Amino acid sequence: MTDHTAAIAGVYEHPTRNAPDKSTAQLHGDVAAGALEDAGLTTADVDGYFTAGRPGRVMSMVDYLGLEGLSYVDSTDLGGTSYVSHVGHAAAAVAAGKCEVALVTMAGRPRSRSGGGGPPSGPQADFEETYGIGTVNMYALAARRHMHEYGTTAEQLAEVRVAAAEHAQYNEDAMFQEPVTVEDVVESRLVSDPLHLLDCCVVSDGGGGVVVTSPAVADDLDRDCVSVLGHGEAVKHHDAGDIDLTHTGAVESGPRAFEAAGVTHDDIDYASVYDSFTITVVETLEDLGFCEKGAGGAFVEGGTLQAPDGELPFNTDGGGLCNNHPANRGGMPKIIETVRQLRGEANDPVQVPDCEIGLTHGTGGSLGTRMASTTLVLGGDR
Amino acid sequence: MADETTLPTPDVSPTPETETYWEAAAEGRLLVTECTDCGRVYHPPRARCPDCLSEDTEWVETRGEGEVYAHSVTRQTGPPYDDATPYVVAYVELAEGPRLLTNIVTDDPGALSVGQPVEVCFHETDDGEHAVPRFEPV
Ligand SMILES: [Zn+2]
Repeated sequence: MTDHTAAIAGVYEHPTRNAPDKSTAQLHGDVAAGALEDAGLTTADVDGYFTAGRPGRVMSMVDYLGLEGLSYVDSTDLGGTSYVSHVGHAAAAVAAGKCEVALVTMAGRPRSRSGGGGPPSGPQADFEETYGIGTVNMYALAARRHMHEYGTTAEQLAEVRVAAAEHAQYNEDAMFQEPVTVEDVVESRLVSDPLHLLDCCVVSDGGGGVVVTSPAVADDLDRDCVSVLGHGEAVKHHDAGDIDLTHTGAVESGPRAFEAAGVTHDDIDYASVYDSFTITVVETLEDLGFCEKGAGGAFVEGGTLQAPDGELPFNTDGGGLCNNHPANRGGMPKIIETVRQLRGEANDPVQVPDCEIGLTHGTGGSLGTRMASTTLVLGGDR
Repeated sequence: MADETTLPTPDVSPTPETETYWEAAAEGRLLVTECTDCGRVYHPPRARCPDCLSEDTEWVETRGEGEVYAHSVTRQTGPPYDDATPYVVAYVELAEGPRLLTNIVTDDPGALSVGQPVEVCFHETDDGEHAVPRFEPV
C-alpha cells in the first residue's frame, strides 16, 4: 500500500441503544476511550479532533475530553454523514502533515432525551417547515417519485430490510434481532406512504468513535489497521425549484472515491450503505453505479445484499434499519462495520471471506430537500 | 380572502428578501422569481439568481396551476401537525417550472396520483398577518 495513505487504527461502537442514565457528553467520552483503546493509543497521542452535532461546539468537546495540543480541528456538519466525511478530512489532514492521530467522536440520545429540536433553520424554513415536513415524509416523496419513474415496488424496497434483519440476528447489540419477510415489511403500518414502519431505521441513543492515523503511527501499532484508499463527498439540493428526487449526491461522491482509490465496483467485497430508509439504499446503490439508474429495485431482489454469499454483502451489523442509528445520524456505525469486515472481526455467520476492499457510504440531510453524500473506499491489507 | 382549513398554519417570518412573496400570498397571488440576465425562473425567492448570482431579478405572478410531482400521506409526525394526520405533503410542479413544497388539500388523499392537475389556494397564518399557498385537485 502507498505510504501516504492514512489508516484507521481504532473503532468503537457504543453498545448502548438507550441511555437515559448518561449525558451525551459522557457518551462521547465513552467512545473516545473505546476507539483509542482499540488502537492502542491514549488521548496524549491525539493531535487532531473531529466532531459534529450534540452536545456542543467543538471547543466544548475538546475541553470536556481534556485534549491538549491539538494542531487540527474540524466540525463539518453534514448531518448523518458528518463522520464519514470526517474520516476523509482527517486522512487529508494527515497526508498534509497537519496532524498524526485524529480522533472522531459522535454521540446523541434522541430516544431518551425528548425534544430539543433539529438543526437551526436555514433561509428556506418558511417555505418548507410551514407544511409539516419531517424526515419520513421527505424520504417518502423520494420513494414515490422513484416508484413513479422506474416502477420500483414496495416489495423491492422491503428486500433491503429483509437483508438487514437477516444480518442483525447475529448482532447481540442490535435493537431488532428478529428476521423479517417481505410480507412483514409491506404489511407493517404506513408511516408516510409509500414508506411503512419497517422501511424506516431505528431511533437509538449511543455513538461511536474512530481513530485515523498516519502510516508511520499505524505501522508502530500492535493492531490490524485499515487504509483509507479513497474519499469523495458532494452536496445535492433543491436547485431552486429544479429538484430531482430520484438521485442522491452519491452520483458525484462515488466516482470521486473510486477514482482516488483506483478501484472499480468489482473490487468491492463489502459495502456499508447508509440506510435511514430502504429507499435510501436503493437510490444510493444506483448512484454509486452498482446497477443502472432505476434498476435498484430489481438489483436488491434475490438476496443480493445478504452476507456472506450475496453479490454485494451490505450492513452486516444489521445497519440503521435493525442495529443502530445513534443520534439519528447513522454514518459512524457504517464506518465501524466496514472496518470490522476488513479486519475479519464481523460476526462469524456474516463475515465476508477474504474481505480486502470495503466501501462506506454516508447520507446526511434529506433526500426531499438538501443532502450530503460521502463515499469512502477502505482497504484491509495494511 | 383566504380559504378555511383544518391544517395548522404557523406564522411565517418574512425577511427583506421574502416579504414581497408573503404580502402577495396574503392577497391571493403566488409569485416566483425570474432572473432578467439569464432567464432562470426559481423558487424559493432570493435576491440573487441561484444560477448566475445576478441581482437583476424580478417577481413573476404565476397562474397558480401545476401538477403533482410527488406526494405522501403523512400518518405520523410531531407537533404542530400531529393532530392533523393524515395530511398530504407534496412537491407541485408549477406551470411556470419550479417545483415547490406544499400540502395538497383533499378529503380523499388515497385518490391522489403523480401528474394530477392541481391549483393554488391560500390559508391565513395563525397571526392573521400572512397566508400560505397550498394546492387542491382541479
Ligand atoms: Zn441568472
